[in-house]
Amino acid sequence: MELVCPAGSLPALKVAVDEGADAVYIGFRDNTNARHFAGLNFSGDQLHQAIGHAQDRGVKVFVAINTYPQPRGWKNWQNAVDQAADLGVDALICADMGVLEYASRRHPGVSLHLSVQGSATNYEALRFYQRHFNIRRAVLPRVLSIQQVAQVAAQSPVDLEVFGFGSLCIMAEGRCMLSSYVTDQSPNTGGACSPAQHVRWQETPQGLESRLNGVLVDRYPTGAKAGYPVLCKGRFDVQGQVYHAIEEPTSLNTLELIPKLAEIGIKAIKIEGRQRSPAYVQQVVRVWRQALDQFRTTPGSFEPKPRWQQALDKVSEGAQTTLGAYHRPWQ
Amino acid sequence: MQLSLGPLQYLWPRQQVFDFYEQMLDLPVDVIYLGETVCSKRRELKTGDWLDLAANLARKGKEVVLSTLALIEAESELKTLRRICRTEGFLVEANDLAAVEQLASQGVPFVCGHSINIYNTHSLAFLIRQGARRWVMPVELSAATLSDILQELAGQQLQVETEVFSHGYLPLAYSARCMTARYHQLPKDNCQFICREYPQGLPARSQEGEPLFTMNGIQTQSGAIYNLLDQVPRMRALGVNLVRLSPAPSGMEEIIRSFDAARRGEPVQVEVGEPTCNGYWFAEPGMIFKSGTSL
Repeated sequence: MELVCPAGSLPALKVAVDEGADAVYIGFRDNTNARHFAGLNFSGDQLHQAIGHAQDRGVKVFVAINTYPQPRGWKNWQNAVDQAADLGVDALICADMGVLEYASRRHPGVSLHLSVQGSATNYEALRFYQRHFNIRRAVLPRVLSIQQVAQVAAQSPVDLEVFGFGSLCIMAEGRCMLSSYVTDQSPNTGGACSPAQHVRWQETPQGLESRLNGVLVDRYPTGAKAGYPVLCKGRFDVQGQVYHAIEEPTSLNTLELIPKLAEIGIKAIKIEGRQRSPAYVQQVVRVWRQALDQFRTTPGSFEPKPRWQQALDKVSEGAQTTLGAYHRPWQ
Repeated sequence: MQLSLGPLQYLWPRQQVFDFYEQMLDLPVDVIYLGETVCSKRRELKTGDWLDLAANLARKGKEVVLSTLALIEAESELKTLRRICRTEGFLVEANDLAAVEQLASQGVPFVCGHSINIYNTHSLAFLIRQGARRWVMPVELSAATLSDILQELAGQQLQVETEVFSHGYLPLAYSARCMTARYHQLPKDNCQFICREYPQGLPARSQEGEPLFTMNGIQTQSGAIYNLLDQVPRMRALGVNLVRLSPAPSGMEEIIRSFDAARRGEPVQVEVGEPTCNGYWFAEPGMIFKSGTSL
């Protein structure tokens, strides 16, 4: 299975390549991709350097153009597709039907991957995208149990890439509007979930408060480590009960599922985290490279090492990890 | 302009559902969407029951559209989908691309619900060529975007009916996890249909008591009711064909009559008794409410 790693910056990209990524995925420095945060992503010289550095070492480069253009912005997405194609990257990761249509007609030689933002959770949806836009691969939303992933894989007309590690989206990706309900941007429209300009942390007598556009997302005891306020990880009051009504801060970790994922024919494992530091990327890619190499060497007796788990816990949200929806009881 | 009743989002007891639609027969709604769009575990009405109800309402003069599941993850759900798509005599609303794939393959016209991501004219034109005869604009999009899309579409001489979600709690997200069962510490696989206890969802507020979201099983809705009553003239000017109202367990007649008055050009005012929002229409955060705005 291919190890697909996030690169939000040139240092992160270099580290991913060094630590053994088979592919890296990047975005341009604008809202054509769903990690549009200040200080992140590539343009100009850095873009050329990044692609060259990876491809010179036999590592593939995928460019995410996976948000949804509205009429006024259409030209930007079209230009992004043209630019990525001209740069000779290994694949474009797209979601919007109009963008997929443009890319497949204008640049039929460039591989298209369906982003998780395409929200395809079953093989009929995959057939739709494959039939019309000739996608080669699709990234599955993190809403399927491992049994359901197996069923999709059995009938899928395209290769499948699944998330193996990183921050966990609770909602079906590509159709989540929690962020735009509270701020004015969603991953689809602005390329950001919980855009940074609306985030505030404030020490108060009741503790450290995290807010998103003024809405109180959580309160932490003074001195505790406050997470980034995404709405699905907030603590809310439901009929007097204050708790993580949707999900606790946690990261996805499917190390133990490696044999099963290989068995059902998954093509690639995706590490989430373009917005994370080079240190995160180094830690995570190193562990996953070791894990996948060990699986390849001794597939029959693969077992995740405790020190791998410890290393991953250190860089996980809430210092804990979960199998998420892959594990039916989580649902 | 027509008034439509969107698909019922909640789990109501069987008799309550039948009584509700019986009441709708005498009210000025033109189009009624029927079917389970949220959770395939719900069993108060089985697929056959929805189809019988559809035939019944159609016989009595309403245009009925069969709606389908928004988040499709299992083979059993695909089987139900195929059965609905192959039902003759009704338009089907696709809320997932599996339905678009099925309906386009059959070569029949269909409706794209607001869970189909149509954000620009290219996507819309593509789907029209696949057979989409009507589309419901994604709820987070604005009047400005709608205006741009419809103008560009007119330039291409493509025909489609446009529907806008105009009243009700906004569907914002779908999950594998059931939030209602989780609140009751029940696993999804043994949920005991606990969402039936919440005929209009389970409110989730911020720790400061602000209404934030409404939990409806695997679906998360807005905490405030979206209400575009005073925007009906603007919608008409833009060329919107259908105004969608989402079924509520009480007060539905009043909602329908006020929108009926609005579409007939009578002056109306948005009552802001319970938390109300309209931000998305104005390209603002969904949760806000802008009052007193006109064309």
